[in-house]
Amino acid sequence: MNNRNLAIKIENISKCYRIGLKETIQDNLFNTVVNFIKNPLKNYRVYRSLYKFDDVDPDQDTNPSDVIWAVKNVSFEVKEGEIIGIIGSNGAGKSTLLKILSKITYPTSGQVTIRGRISSLLEVGTGFHPELTGRENVYLNGTILGMRKKEIDRKFDEIVDFSGVEKFIDTPVKRYSSGMKVRLAFAVAAHLEPEILIIDEVLAVGDARFQQKCLDKMKEVGQHGRTVLFVSHNMPAVTRLCSRSILLDGGRVQHDGPTHEVITSYMNSDKCSKAERRWPNVMEAPGDEVVRLCGVRVRTYDGLVSDVTDISQPVRIEIEYEVLQPGYVLRIYYHVINEEGIEAFLPLDNDMAWRQKPRPMGRYVSTSVIPGNLLSEGRYFIGPTIRTENPSVRRLRVNDVVAFHVIDSMDGNGARSDSVGHIPGVVRPLLKWETQFSPKEAHAEKTEV
Amino acid sequence: MFGNKMKNTEETACSSADVVTIIQPDSGWNIINFKELNDYRDLFYFLTWRDIKALYAQTVLGFSWAIIQPLVQIVIFTVIFGKVAELPTEGIPYILFSSMAVIPWTYMSQALTQSSQSLLQGSNILGKIYFPRIIFPITPILAKLIDFGISLFIVLCIMLYYQVVPTWNLLLFPVLVIMMMAVPLGIGLWLSSLAIRFRDIKQAMPFFIQMLMYTAPIVYSASSIPEGYRLLYSLNPLVGVIEGFRACLLGTPIPWLYIWPGALTAVLLVISGAVYFKRMERIIVDVI
Repeated sequence: MNNRNLAIKIENISKCYRIGLKETIQDNLFNTVVNFIKNPLKNYRVYRSLYKFDDVDPDQDTNPSDVIWAVKNVSFEVKEGEIIGIIGSNGAGKSTLLKILSKITYPTSGQVTIRGRISSLLEVGTGFHPELTGRENVYLNGTILGMRKKEIDRKFDEIVDFSGVEKFIDTPVKRYSSGMKVRLAFAVAAHLEPEILIIDEVLAVGDARFQQKCLDKMKEVGQHGRTVLFVSHNMPAVTRLCSRSILLDGGRVQHDGPTHEVITSYMNSDKCSKAERRWPNVMEAPGDEVVRLCGVRVRTYDGLVSDVTDISQPVRIEIEYEVLQPGYVLRIYYHVINEEGIEAFLPLDNDMAWRQKPRPMGRYVSTSVIPGNLLSEGRYFIGPTIRTENPSVRRLRVNDVVAFHVIDSMDGNGARSDSVGHIPGVVRPLLKWETQFSPKEAHAEKTEV
Repeated sequence: MFGNKMKNTEETACSSADVVTIIQPDSGWNIINFKELNDYRDLFYFLTWRDIKALYAQTVLGFSWAIIQPLVQIVIFTVIFGKVAELPTEGIPYILFSSMAVIPWTYMSQALTQSSQSLLQGSNILGKIYFPRIIFPITPILAKLIDFGISLFIVLCIMLYYQVVPTWNLLLFPVLVIMMMAVPLGIGLWLSSLAIRFRDIKQAMPFFIQMLMYTAPIVYSASSIPEGYRLLYSLNPLVGVIEGFRACLLGTPIPWLYIWPGALTAVLLVISGAVYFKRMERIIVDVI
């Protein structure tokens, strides 16, 4: 009986890749050509070795040096109707695990047993073709996701309604704005009715209102007793949707338990608790050909780079970046997330000097000041994002790159007054309190008159 | 009413327990899961539709291209090989002779080229979602049939012009169409999975197609091959398809000796291609 209520059973899953392919570097074209002619057999062997793993074993440490384990000895079980969050930093193995569960790639060892029809959404709009109309793409995308034509026929009006692109449904998708495309794609995905749903970061698209719509839809899916595996960097979303979470690190399960516990342990891990992060090599920094991040810093009011600040003092957040292509209007903002994964607020750059102005190439530092007596005690994580307008593209987003600790010196002047215990709430502003006092007799007289 | 609802959820729980997927490491040899393919038959339909629509989108002439392309080829062959080189055609007017061959050849070469590139072209889909991978190389085989159907119009016109009277040989037509599909399917299954690992395939494809063309009796007649080599020659399934089409449409005696060996090769190609494809299927995403 107990066994029957399991939706997914993962036993000792490992997956390795060969990073191999060490190419001998040739300094000129002639040598390169000669090398190619000389070595077809060698090339063949190298390519062949890329997917032969007879010599590796996840339980031993003596594995060839060119093998990396994306996922190693992962085991856990998911009950029917559970909504589980999977979190972890980049390269922790989240995507590989999802790809194994969705049958896109196969494990090197281990076994997964899945009970029920499963759908996975690693991306919205898979297979969308620009030349086809919205209507045709709904059918194509739907069948790619595993729906039958009849099923789509039945839900078609609902899908179009949800997407809000009724007017353009018979227009080729290449004429759509990127927002419309995403909305239509998500609408198809939202009408899947699998028993188990696997979702990867699809919420990182669309505008805020649409994201909210998606979150609501996912919540609804969960309430219908369906099993959901939700992989995300978006801690607030994980907190809201999932009761249980799994933290992956280096391909292994680091923590498995109630979401708030797991997120707290992730937030407090060394990975993201520095006051400063730098990317000395521009080409390896987060970003793209337009703009790249150079560094993010937290400074206290006296100008020191520090990850500890007093609750009554302001904190300066500096985002340093390099514009590599001129002529774009940038929008800079960052997420401020507390250790429970709740988004405290989202400050957007409103510096008048650069608002709506195309930026020339060069280095910039955007500084903002979070006032004192705003945040409550605890640790806060900063995740900067830079977008360009026209085209509206997210150029970079890094999660939780720097962190700082807000402490309360408890001198009695602060918002906590003389209380010493835990005070709930994301913010703790210092309010102006006033007390009006009327002595008892005077009060009585007044009411009589 | 509430009890009714309870029963319903229990039922769905039962049905879900029926579908059990087990994901395991590569076991090497697998056979095609036809039941699964059948579940995805609507996807075949829409992918075929996509291929056709995308090919002719934003063209002025649209489907006419399906006629123009082989027509130009027929004219070129007629001028060069019929008029200039004056190749023997057993007394058949050269334009009639070559159109019977160019139409199936155009289908086979286009379907083959697209089928062999199908996995590479679909690599962004492959990494994001699972569906039976074999759908990729099969789709062009189906999509190109539409073009083939349209281009048959050319043959029809030429036959009318030369007042060729249809005979009972026409009954062979469906069989030949199946054989004509089997050739690019078999080779496409092999090449598409090989092309994932070795991009050399893409480079070699144009030569390969050209080579195939000259191994087949398209511009010349199969009877110009010395008698002693004919059995070997007819192992090439293209020979059977093309000579078969000529006999079928023109009403000349059916050349079974060309068809049987080629049919055998075609069947072997499809079976071995499917086996090899299934063997490679699991590593496609990792090496792409």
